[in-house]
Amino acid sequence: MNQLDKELLRIKNKVEEMWDLVDFQLQSGRDALVNPNEDLTRKIIKSGKKVNAYDIKIDRMCENIFALFNPVAVDLRWVLSILKINSNLERIGDSGESIAHMLKEASLPIEPTLLQESRVLEMYDATTAMLQNVRQAFLEENTDLARQVIKQDKILNKIHAKTDKMLMNYFQSHPDNIAQSLKVSGIIKKLERIGDHTTNIAEEIVFYVDAKVVKHKQKKKKKDKGEE
Amino acid sequence: MNSIETKDVHLYYGDFHALKGITMAMKKNQVTAFIGPSGCGKSTYLRCFNRMNDLIDGVRIEGDILIDGTDIYKSDIQVDDLRKHVGMVFQKPNPFPKSIFENVAYGLRVNGTKDKKFIEERVERSLKQAALWDEVKDKLKKSAFELSGGQQQRLCIARALAIEPSVLLMDEPTSALDPLSTAKTEELIHQLKENYTIVIVTHNMQQAGRVSDYTAFFYLGELVEYAKTKTLFTNPKDQRTQNYITGRFG
Repeated sequence: MNQLDKELLRIKNKVEEMWDLVDFQLQSGRDALVNPNEDLTRKIIKSGKKVNAYDIKIDRMCENIFALFNPVAVDLRWVLSILKINSNLERIGDSGESIAHMLKEASLPIEPTLLQESRVLEMYDATTAMLQNVRQAFLEENTDLARQVIKQDKILNKIHAKTDKMLMNYFQSHPDNIAQSLKVSGIIKKLERIGDHTTNIAEEIVFYVDAKVVKHKQKKKKKDKGEE
Repeated sequence: MNSIETKDVHLYYGDFHALKGITMAMKKNQVTAFIGPSGCGKSTYLRCFNRMNDLIDGVRIEGDILIDGTDIYKSDIQVDDLRKHVGMVFQKPNPFPKSIFENVAYGLRVNGTKDKKFIEERVERSLKQAALWDEVKDKLKKSAFELSGGQQQRLCIARALAIEPSVLLMDEPTSALDPLSTAKTEELIHQLKENYTIVIVTHNMQQAGRVSDYTAFFYLGELVEYAKTKTLFTNPKDQRTQNYITGRFG
């Protein structure tokens, strides 16, 4: 293994450590939503700081690679992608932290009908699966899996698109529980953003492995079909 | 428009097959860089363009090499005439033991030019083109050996430009220069391509990236990949190219 490979491996290990924290934030957010747990929400918020520290560290490491090794070809694409993957992971971490703050402020437990009708747990499961798949795609450099992740984001978008209508109905039938339903709506919005960031990571994997740019393709397809 | 075109060029040093069927075209007023490990044939191929290999015993060349449409290996081509069209700069600056002025005027005098005013004008213009005029205009009669390594190399470039070639060959022109002189020479290459077709052999891949429009990767006498420099350094098609430019060769 040459020196550049060793340096790239060090960065990859740091990204993995950061990814562990972000996974923890997402998984724990779901757990705390179902089984209220103040200690857990505090831990999620604390992890946010660690995620931010990783973000800065990984940026620095990439900067050093550019300055000292002049990477080209696949190495150049890899470092460029890592910069963006890092940034997206950090934002997923931010969303996880925001959800924890919402859970802290909400009067828990969430009313069972709201939990069911909002499909928030379904969104959580889809988001978690996407993040796991994209991590596997990253480790295995598996662009087929990365492309599947991009498609999975549609499920989240569909649920999110129905949130407002669902909430209107819920407000009418449960006028005494508006505060809780607004929190759930906030969580759904954050989960939808996490889906977008996960999709961005999948697109970066396709870029560095296949040297193909797939970002903005979904939007263009929709536009061509007249959906937007 | 192509300035240099080669078709199925093979070169043998005795029994050794040094170039294996090289076919490629280099565009006019563009910089083309040749990269590859030592012994891959890049300098040998470059020296075919001004018939420098003719001087080596046992060399045999097959295939066609056309410069501005003329087959330079046709029997009626005079090598002296060819070298008026194809200038060359070498790895190590090699000024003649003459004054700065006479170094640049040398090619003109050898070619029979006697008009003093014409020679003076051409020397000044060539030194300006080589970005050296301001540094030497007050000491043109001084020995070329008094110049620094970087200045000597730019003097050699001025000497090559004085006879107004259409093609400029550069064989590792900055490998013996310090970073500042290297930067000046690279800047000069950018400026010269407006008027000349430049082919450069370099071991410095960052240099190939900085100065060239097209890059060719050679390996074991074969042309492995030839593409726009931006493409070759971001998304090479051949695994051997990728291994070489990323330093994972062998």
